[in-house]
Amino acid sequence: MIKLPREKAGVVYRTVREIRGPLLFVEGVRGARYNEVVEVRLADGSEIIGTVLDVYEDKAVVQVFGHTGGLSLDAAVRFTGDVMRIPLSEDLIGRVFNGSFKPLDGLPEPIGVERREVFVSVINPAAREPPSEFMQTGISVIDGMNALVRGQKLPIFSEAGLPHNVMAAQIARQSTVLGAEEEFAVVFCAMGIKHEEYEYFRREFEKTGALDRAVMILNLAEDPVIERILAPRIALTIAEYLAFELGMHVLAILTDMTNYCEALRSISIAREEVPARKGYPGYMYSDLASIYERAGKIRGRKGSITMMPILTMPGGDITHPIPDLTGYITEGQLILSRELEARGVYPPVNPLPSLSRLMKDGVGPGRTREDHMEVSNQLYMAYSEGVRARSLARIIGELSLSERERKYLRFADEFERRFINQGVYENRPIEKTLEIAWDLLAMLPEDELIRISEENIRKYHPRHRSA
Amino acid sequence: MSSQAGIIKRVNGSLILAQGLKGAKIGDAVYIGELKLIGEVVRISGREVALQCYEDTSGVKPGEPVIGTGNPLVAELAPGLIGEIFDGLERSELELWRLTGPFIGRGYKVASLKRDKKWDFEPRVKPGEEVEEGDILGTVQESSVIEHRILVPVGVRGVIESIEEGRFTIEDPIAVLRTRDGRRIELRMLQTWPVRIPRPYRERLPVSEPLFTGQRVIDTFFPIAKGGTAAIPGGFGSGKTITLQQIAKWSDADIVIYVGCGERGNEMADILTHFPELEDPRTGRKLIERAIFIANVSNLPVAAREASVYMGVTIAEYFRDQGYHVAVIIDSTSRWAEALRDLSGRLEEIPAEEGYPAYLAERIAELYERAGRVVTLGRDGRIGSVTVMGAVSPPGGDFSEPVTSTTLRFVGALWALDTELAYRRHFPAINWLRSFTKYVEVLEEFWRKHEPDWRGYREKALALLEEASRLEEIARVVGEKSLPNEQRLILLASEIIREGFLVQNAYHPVDRYCPPEKQVKILKTILAFYDLASPLVKAGVPVDRIRSLGSVVELLRLKEREKLDDIEKAFESVKRDLEELRREYGIGG
Ligand SMILES: Nc1ncnc2c1ncn2[C@@H]1O[C@H](COP(=O)(O)OP(=O)(O)OP(=O)(O)O)[C@@H](O)[C@H]1O
Ligand SMILES: [Mg+2]
Repeated sequence: MIKLPREKAGVVYRTVREIRGPLLFVEGVRGARYNEVVEVRLADGSEIIGTVLDVYEDKAVVQVFGHTGGLSLDAAVRFTGDVMRIPLSEDLIGRVFNGSFKPLDGLPEPIGVERREVFVSVINPAAREPPSEFMQTGISVIDGMNALVRGQKLPIFSEAGLPHNVMAAQIARQSTVLGAEEEFAVVFCAMGIKHEEYEYFRREFEKTGALDRAVMILNLAEDPVIERILAPRIALTIAEYLAFELGMHVLAILTDMTNYCEALRSISIAREEVPARKGYPGYMYSDLASIYERAGKIRGRKGSITMMPILTMPGGDITHPIPDLTGYITEGQLILSRELEARGVYPPVNPLPSLSRLMKDGVGPGRTREDHMEVSNQLYMAYSEGVRARSLARIIGELSLSERERKYLRFADEFERRFINQGVYENRPIEKTLEIAWDLLAMLPEDELIRISEENIRKYHPRHRSA
Repeated sequence: MSSQAGIIKRVNGSLILAQGLKGAKIGDAVYIGELKLIGEVVRISGREVALQCYEDTSGVKPGEPVIGTGNPLVAELAPGLIGEIFDGLERSELELWRLTGPFIGRGYKVASLKRDKKWDFEPRVKPGEEVEEGDILGTVQESSVIEHRILVPVGVRGVIESIEEGRFTIEDPIAVLRTRDGRRIELRMLQTWPVRIPRPYRERLPVSEPLFTGQRVIDTFFPIAKGGTAAIPGGFGSGKTITLQQIAKWSDADIVIYVGCGERGNEMADILTHFPELEDPRTGRKLIERAIFIANVSNLPVAAREASVYMGVTIAEYFRDQGYHVAVIIDSTSRWAEALRDLSGRLEEIPAEEGYPAYLAERIAELYERAGRVVTLGRDGRIGSVTVMGAVSPPGGDFSEPVTSTTLRFVGALWALDTELAYRRHFPAINWLRSFTKYVEVLEEFWRKHEPDWRGYREKALALLEEASRLEEIARVVGEKSLPNEQRLILLASEIIREGFLVQNAYHPVDRYCPPEKQVKILKTILAFYDLASPLVKAGVPVDRIRSLGSVVELLRLKEREKLDDIEKAFESVKRDLEELRREYGIGG
């Protein structure tokens, strides 16, 4: 539980006038501060926390994060006079908490060497260091075409039933920065996911020993919905401490952001705000940015936060506000496709709409290989030609395709089968990924490889290599 | 100073209601609460005043004081702007970093411009000389490319009593002026200007020359003029930021003001890292010496986004008034519009479409209206311009949403980005069928220097592209193979235009910037190829034979060649190859 320092015990009021969803309307309050933390004590003695969302003279609107069942007008509300902070120390590593920072592992409440604000944390843009270290995930479609760099925020856009968890776990298991041996930690934040999904991650982390290096913040499907607003912020406050104070390289996995956004919407509706699209509040972009932008690196500090949010696209619709606003904030996206999944391809990442904006800074000579970016661009172009040929073939039949179109169609098939497709425990080094890519590109006439420089064709094309 | 005090009654996010701010005017800057957070008066009703706070209001409570300054929110204007990075309120983020560490704190007061730094001031007028507003008092060499011209402030006129050469801070008096009615005014380098009010000029001029960007699809097909306006809408990842950054890097503006409005922190960090390394292709000087950054990123307070765009254009107008051509880049105007919506919602105004206030169109128009080519104030009436280019981020990539559809009505050029092109890594993903420009006629003059029939080539290429996209529709149903040869040649030509001309890789060491003569030359070569190949195809040469000629493949790589000679040579070999084909097929010449 977020404990308050003794000296700031705060003032207690028993003047709740209305309870509406997660909101308490308290009256007769003197000097409530915007965004301050309150503790609400229920008749049965249990406590939940909340924050002040609006304060008008002596009336305060409080949003509470716990279950509101059992809450009544005679609840005691303690205004603490301070914004929400949590105690932080290295000892958090290996621990498990709920979305209000209550221990779930049977161990005592943490004692911090430092307390940090949970809600507002903004890295000065002038102090940011642009991420540029290639993180090898061992997954070809990521490393080869959408390479991840340390300090990047790269979400997975998925749909119910697709293997996003398996993929995220594989990334967590296999990610390495080439030639670096450094301290890492995993911060895992669950928002409204099922218990078995959490168990899956837990087992996967356990297998690789990452569990000892993990901090878990869990809000599962049966836990209070509004606590989902708090959970990722607590997780990232911890991540920031580990990264920027202790110099660790943190991988933060946030899942499922769709549940987070739904919690945000329910507060907005309770507040009777004018919605923007599909009932989601107009400030959802900024709200999501206040979470996603906590990834990154800072000049002069050792650590980093690499963020992998996972979200399920409602109805598989990428234009839905949740994936849409996420895509506008994150540094790219990996998009899972039902079609590839149905064809038995794992991981079913459709490269065409996927993107890693920071790839260019992490690959190339001295980092991976000089032809990396060009090969990626050429694969994009060729695969999209192939997909086009495939849909044409569906209409006019494969035999009516031109020679060139048929080559691209064959390329697309092979590309999915040999490049995208790989094993859940297969860890391909980047050289291997590029080798497969070149073998595939060699299926096409050399003239078609116009996104690759002539030098690199001479140097890496299998035909020239073997000659 | 008429500073009035009031008391906070309500805190609702960035909206503060206060009472007792007597004499407050709309637009007055205020200090809110014990932390003295910066805000602005946005509504007055009876005794109650609504304030928009530009900083995070956590911890503020009713009963805390509000102090009115009696003055509007201003930009500080003086040497020290170049190469700086500010937030939306013009606080130096470098200075903030030094003061508060890498995480942004609240309520810190940092001066916009360094107060202790001394600049070499060189007078341009002599004692006894009569000067008027906008005249150049003297100059400071601020960076190796920017001579900062200190102007007689707007509204001031008189005789110079004294003026000094030497090293001064921006607050030191540099001259004394006596007005007609005998008042003595001390002039300093530091001036201020209210950001919401356009700076005055003598006369607006029609635009006449391009803002040359070095990006082929823009310069050749959808050019923008200096003093013009452009919008670049597109879904996420379609290339708005990279295109705008390319313009910031390679365009021939004298000064570039880059407003990162509600976008990513890493993108600002990226430009800040690269600008000090990259060189201007014309002056050979580092790009940082002509750039100013305003980084009001997405996780900074939303309200300040609203101010940041006005801060950007005000600084731009200030340099325009010195006689410079300034490019203002705003990424993204949608985030600014969202800030308007946010405030409007908190004020409980009646929303129009999708929650945006009814005055959205008015605000967008006013913003783009601040672009223009002008004759400045001052006796020597310099010519300067402000070009405004804004990204638009339509939700779901849907251009019919309010911000995009409204913006289209007020800009002179539209670079419409296309997600489909982006998916196949055709960058810049500017869709040639949906984009437009109103500047072709006025820019013809410029291009004629490089090619008398520039316009003809442009139109011919666009016509080919348009025809090709019609044919592609058909091919999508019947397959390319069943199209007649002549139509397949059109498809081939359009493919060469797309790959060999329109696609331009921002990260290619040669191709990232394409000078005008090269643009013309590549386009002419491709079109000449089409003209030469047409009769052959008509006479029965299969298109596949033509496609596989080595010299035709070379057309796709002309853009990577550094020397114009290479393009010339490539054309010669296309001619030779086609000639050979003609002979092979026994076609009469
Ligand atoms: N001219 C170009 N050359 C090479 N790559 C490009 C070019 N333009 C865009 N890209 C690629 O597209 C990616 C996305 O571009 P960009 O960041 O400009 O998109 P955006 O439209 O600004 O997206 P958002 O709205 O999310 O900010 C870049 O990271 C880069 O990989
Ligand atoms: Mg962008």
